Order: sequence, then C-alpha cells, then structure tokens
Amino acid sequence: MIVNRKPLTFWERLYLPAIVGGFKVTARHLFRSLFGGKTVTMEYPEQKWAVPPDYRGAPYLVRDQGGNTKCVSCQLCEFVCPPKAIKIIPPGPAGPMADRPNAEKIPLEFEINMLRCIFCGYCQEVCPEEAIFLLKDYSLTGLTRGEMIYNKEKLLALGGEHGGIQKWKHKLQEAKTQEDFPVKV
Amino acid sequence: MNWKFIIFSVVKIAIVIGVVQGMVAYAVLAERKISAWIQDRVGPNRAAPPFVQYIPVVGTFLTRIGFFQPLADGLKFMLKEDFTPAGVRKVYFWLAPAIAIIPAMLVVAVIPFGSQLGHQQMVISDLNVGILYTFGIVSLGVYGIVLAGYAANSKYPFLGGIRSSAQMISYEISMGMSVIPVLLIVGSLNLSQIIGWQAQHGWLVLYSPVSFFIFLIASFAETNRLPFDFPEAEQELVGGYHTEYSSMKFALFFLGEYSNMIASAAMMVTLFFGGWTLPLWGLNHPAATLVAGIAHILIFLVKMLLFMVVFIWVRWMWPRFRYDQLMDLGWRRFVPLALANILVTAIILWMRS
Repeated sequence: MIVNRKPLTFWERLYLPAIVGGFKVTARHLFRSLFGGKTVTMEYPEQKWAVPPDYRGAPYLVRDQGGNTKCVSCQLCEFVCPPKAIKIIPPGPAGPMADRPNAEKIPLEFEINMLRCIFCGYCQEVCPEEAIFLLKDYSLTGLTRGEMIYNKEKLLALGGEHGGIQKWKHKLQEAKTQEDFPVKV
Repeated sequence: MNWKFIIFSVVKIAIVIGVVQGMVAYAVLAERKISAWIQDRVGPNRAAPPFVQYIPVVGTFLTRIGFFQPLADGLKFMLKEDFTPAGVRKVYFWLAPAIAIIPAMLVVAVIPFGSQLGHQQMVISDLNVGILYTFGIVSLGVYGIVLAGYAANSKYPFLGGIRSSAQMISYEISMGMSVIPVLLIVGSLNLSQIIGWQAQHGWLVLYSPVSFFIFLIASFAETNRLPFDFPEAEQELVGGYHTEYSSMKFALFFLGEYSNMIASAAMMVTLFFGGWTLPLWGLNHPAATLVAGIAHILIFLVKMLLFMVVFIWVRWMWPRFRYDQLMDLGWRRFVPLALANILVTAIILWMRS
C-alpha cells in the first residue's frame, strides 16, 4: 500500500518547531520529576513491591494446622527437581521415628541448595503430602556457598504453617454438587 | 628565567587541570541525574563512603543527590582489569587514549576564566592567536579517534573510528569558518581582547547570531554528542571506537569526551557570551578588587555550567541524525551557510565604515 506523506512545510523543514516542542516536553518532565516528586522509580529496599498470590518464591517445608510436619521422605521432589537442587537422605529401617502420629516416615536429612533451585515449582506440584510449597521469598543472600544450602531445620522454620491446597478434596466436592458427572463418586 | 611567571603559571595550570577534571567527573554525574529526571526516574542516589551516614543532615542530602557517585566511578576505573587484546599494535593501542584526551586539556590553556586576581591574569597563556591555536589543537583530537579505531584489531571499532573521524573533520571546517565574522567584527584573535570588546559593545551573540548557531551545532558534532553521535551509538550496540579498551584507557576516552564538552562550552562562552563579564554592577571591567576577581571567575563558571546543561539536555531530547544526513548537513548546508555569513558580515562592516 502506498502511504501518502505530505511534503514538509518550510518551517517543518527547518526543524525549529520540532526543536521547541522537544524543549517543552523535556522541560515539563524535568520539573515534574525534580520538584513534583513524580518519578516512577521504586526505591528498593525502602519500598517493596506487593508479591502477588501464587508467586513462585523459595521452596520451604511446611507444617499443617496442627503443627505436624508433613514430609514423609518419598523423595519424589528429589527425583523431579530439574537442576537436582534437593537432596534427601531417607531414614532407612534403623532410622528415627516420625514425630507425628499420622505418618511413619520422616526424612533423616532434607537439603535444598538455593543456588541451584530454579523456582520452577515442580516439587510443589508433585508432592503427594503437600509438604513443600513455594512461598513468597525472592531475595536470598548468603556470604558463602555453604550458607545457601538450606537444611531441614531451616526449611521448616522458614516454611511456617500452610494448610495445603487439598486439590482433590475440593474437586470431589465440586463433582458431588454437579448433577451429571461421568464417574461414579 | 622569569621565575615568578613560571611558578605562577605552574600553579595556574595545576589548579585549572584539577578544576577541569573535577568538573568532568561531576559532569558525568550531572548527565546521569539530569537524564534521569527527564526520563521520570531518579539518578544515582545511594553511593556513599561509610562515614557519611553519621553526618546528620548534610550527609543524607549529599548521598541523595549522588555526590559521592563519581568517587565510586573513579574507584571502579582504577580497580578494573586493564587488558590488551591479542593482535593489536601495542604502541598505537597505548597511545590512542592519551592522544584523545590531551587536546581537550590543551584547549583550556588560552581561555580566560576570569579577569585578574591582584596582578595575576586569570588566563594561563594570553596568546595573540588564541582562536587559531584552539582550532589547531581541536583538529589534533581527530587523531586520537582514528588511532583508537585502527589500533583495536577488529572490524566494528575500525568502522566506528572512521565514521567518527570523518564527521569530526567535516564539522571543523564550518566551525572555523563561523568564527571568522567574530574576527572581522572584533579585529583580533586574542581571546582577552574579544572579551574586552564584548564588555564595551555588548555580547557577540547579538551581533552575529548565525555564527553562534553554526558554532553551537558544530561543537555538538565535534564532541560526538547527540544529535550527532551516530558513530558512538550504532556501535554502542556493538562497541564503537572504544570497544576494546578497558578500565583506565576507557576512562581516558570518556574523560576526553567530557573535557571536550567543557572546552567547547568554555569557547562558546568566551566568544559569544562575554566570557567573565556581566553587563551589570560594573563587572564589565577587569577586576580591581579581589572580590570582583572571584566574582568574575564564578560568573564564567556559571555560564559554562549553563552550556553544559544545554549539552546534556539536548542529548536526551532529540533523535540522532543518520550518517548520510549528518554529512549532508555538514558539507552541503553548513559550509555554504558559514561562507554566506562571512560575506554578509564583511559587506555590512564595509557599508558601515
């Protein structure tokens, strides 16, 4: 297609109106930012942004509402982790007993190397016990590489309490409220 | 051996170089802050040495305007690794940054930055051919860039160096020719006498505005600043003539560019805006008292800073010229305009006498 470009007038060819227009626009922005305080900069760390829900921060081990730990050392997260950041030592037959009544197995040692973690969320997706969740921490720092390998105690402490999503329970309830469902529930 | 002259000259040189380099460092900061404000953001506002947080009000204020950022930059340049790529001619590689910065510093030797303090003239060397010396030295600045582009053994710096040097020599012609009407009107090449003439008759920008216009635009082109920084910018995506240079050598190029800006601003103030004079409060005459002498120096500095702000402001305001448009402007529009300007000025002066 042919675009009609009008030939420039004499004043436009001298560029003077464009020059003056440029001065006006930049002067307006200059005085607004300098004296009006209308800058778009967010001055981190004094001002932080609001972390949206479902944000994939650092993965931590969580407890349920009763205060019990949930991880049963199935090692599924270790096997699914793409950069192999999770390292679990299972208890073995002579290992320590679980510290809660509803499960028998607890990992002997559970380490996540935060320098290898890519925050993909696969471990959260695969965990059958909803024991590992990606929470809202995004700035992890340490002075040595060893400091950034978080062990079980640290992960539990940082994880806090999380009720879990219980996806299948909700889906079951949803299915029961429907009149027409293909599978017998 | 006039020891007094030598000692005073050495002191003046040391002070002027110190002040100019200090202004160059803070010009970099000014550029970052002003460009930030124009772009609706805040420039550098955090760099501070550790003890500053204990100084109550002044400390936080200085940190927030980024006062200590040039110190951090200087430290970075000194601590970075200074390497030499393989396959370069070491002589040219090491010589190029020096040749880039030396002409910029030499130009300030003839510029009168004040009238006098006591019995000392506030100019390092009051040459009778001041303007001619300036243009000669500015032409040497091209060599630094040519050598830098050639010495770095790689295609893109070579092309960038060639483009930049072609641009610089084309605009030197119009810059030189635009100053001839000034010479015709004043009758002397001595910069102090030009200022003296302006003190009596009013600023030269009112007598030949076309010549100021050409000189202004030619100095944007000479210092490779926008809207003429095509050699620096297209290859900014790749590098330009200073790609292969690291810490201190790159710092020398960088400082050379800003020193060139300061020297051009000082020349413009001297030639067209009256140098250290102001048409009020009796500041038109050489200083009789120490206070007046210092006032003259401050007036010169303020005028020069205003021009630096214009340089910085223009960079963030206009799009850059394409290379063929740039050369077209330099040769086919400014050279005839400068020649016509000389002719018209000569005719007017002849008709007046």
